Amino acid sequence: MYAVDVSHLEKQFARRKGTSRRVARALSDVSLQIERRECVAVLGQNGSGKSTLVRALSTLLLPDAGTAQVFGHDVVRQAKAVRRLVNRVSVEASFFKRMSAVENLSYAARFYGLTRAGTRGRIPAILDRVGFPVTRAGEPMEDLSRGMQQKVALARALLTSPVLLLLDEPTTGLDPRSKREVQTFIAEMRAEHDTTVLLCTHDLAEAEALADRIGILHGGRLLALESPDRLRARYAVSDLEAAFFAATGGAIEDDEPDLEETA
Amino acid sequence: MSILSQRPVAHRGVRGQLIALSGVVERNGYLIKRYGWWELAFFIWTVANTLTVVFIAKGVSAAGGHLDVARETTTLLIGAVIWSYLGIIFEILTETVAWERWEGTIEYTFMAPLSRAVHLGGMGLFAVLYGVVRTALLFVVVALFFGLHFEQADFVTALILLAIASVSFVGLGMITAVLPLISPEKGAQLGFIAQGLLLVVSGVYYPVSILPQWMQWIATISPATYALRGIRSGVLDGAGLGATVNDIWPLLVLGAVSTPLGLIVFRAGERYAKRHGKLKRSG
Repeated sequence: MYAVDVSHLEKQFARRKGTSRRVARALSDVSLQIERRECVAVLGQNGSGKSTLVRALSTLLLPDAGTAQVFGHDVVRQAKAVRRLVNRVSVEASFFKRMSAVENLSYAARFYGLTRAGTRGRIPAILDRVGFPVTRAGEPMEDLSRGMQQKVALARALLTSPVLLLLDEPTTGLDPRSKREVQTFIAEMRAEHDTTVLLCTHDLAEAEALADRIGILHGGRLLALESPDRLRARYAVSDLEAAFFAATGGAIEDDEPDLEETA
Repeated sequence: MSILSQRPVAHRGVRGQLIALSGVVERNGYLIKRYGWWELAFFIWTVANTLTVVFIAKGVSAAGGHLDVARETTTLLIGAVIWSYLGIIFEILTETVAWERWEGTIEYTFMAPLSRAVHLGGMGLFAVLYGVVRTALLFVVVALFFGLHFEQADFVTALILLAIASVSFVGLGMITAVLPLISPEKGAQLGFIAQGLLLVVSGVYYPVSILPQWMQWIATISPATYALRGIRSGVLDGAGLGATVNDIWPLLVLGAVSTPLGLIVFRAGERYAKRHGKLKRSG
């Protein structure tokens, strides 16, 4: 059984521009399989469909067509079973800003059936493990740096011990040191914990450092999904940046052009 | 063994959902604590607002109107207090989506394995607990201000009626909670419109009998109508549960209808939001 099994997934969004209605294709015939304990990175420009894929696997979006399964559970029909297995870290460390790290983690753990007694010791231990200074765990989140907030986001995801971790640009906007710390932690976590990781990013070095296989998503289509070496060989280039350019015709920092059609 | 490789015990089934429900209440408790000074400010505003309404009885008397000032003052006080209570329930339930969307936590909450009934039920439970405390405080403060006496009052009956009515209020709140899910920009404000409609037809500050017939028909499906009538009977006339049975059974019926209806409407709204990609942050 695959950890993630996506088959011919389609998602489009209607957009209104004045009186006309247009359709933006976010995912187009996407298929991919991820083995248990594997880390797959999906590279794509802004607007390429990375977050849509993550949100579909998080049960936050209903696909228009195709299927997606997490450890054999369908994300639409067996959403509750999927939710028990999945957690995520997104580009924005989203918290109730006035509440402290401990308070945010405490109530979030309850949503997954973890008791107060069960999390009393686990919360400070996990915060400590992700490199968050536990002495600041009682301070409001709004007083913490972006890097610290992202560490709390990692702690929140790991608190529930997910077997599938969805990382949607977890280091975007972080300073180099925080970025390195988060990446190091993700690598350590993979070594210690039975977690499958889907990492969506537009950081090529991050993808190469952390992932077993790398996919290229462009215009909602998955153009390739292979190991870094095979990817370079496929496009006969020496680095991932060149491979991405060869696959998409653009640089990864660019925004995707609007791939819209009149409905 | 590393903390990461330790798998915590996650309870499932009814126990797991009860733990999740306690998490919803816990979170709202933290928010009240963290916004303590704002709570005080809003309470002062509510007291001022209630005084404005309750002074009307004295105003009418001063203008030459013939009325039992103490009784009318209490009638208006009950109207203002129940109106405030209803406002709290609607506000907290509407914030189920609106506040989370603003903070960006909405995706994390909606991808957690707590059922939507437990999620909304937890918000409703907190709203009722918080609303009862604030409403009781408001009642005491304003009653002391006007020097009102309640020798005859049956507060137990009033509280039971409020508890039964709360089920319907929470059900209606669930329906309004879906509005920010469908319209992130204006949904929360639309909730106030629903609340305003109840204000007009339910006899909050005047008897339902003075309304046009068609509005009286609408009043018959508003739980606030029966809650106000029953609570006023209990507080003003000392009516017990037996004497308010004609207010209790409609409240039970409306509660049995509105709560499942609220859940159905919310789930339909959630499906719509998931289909159209609206279940995401906007702050």
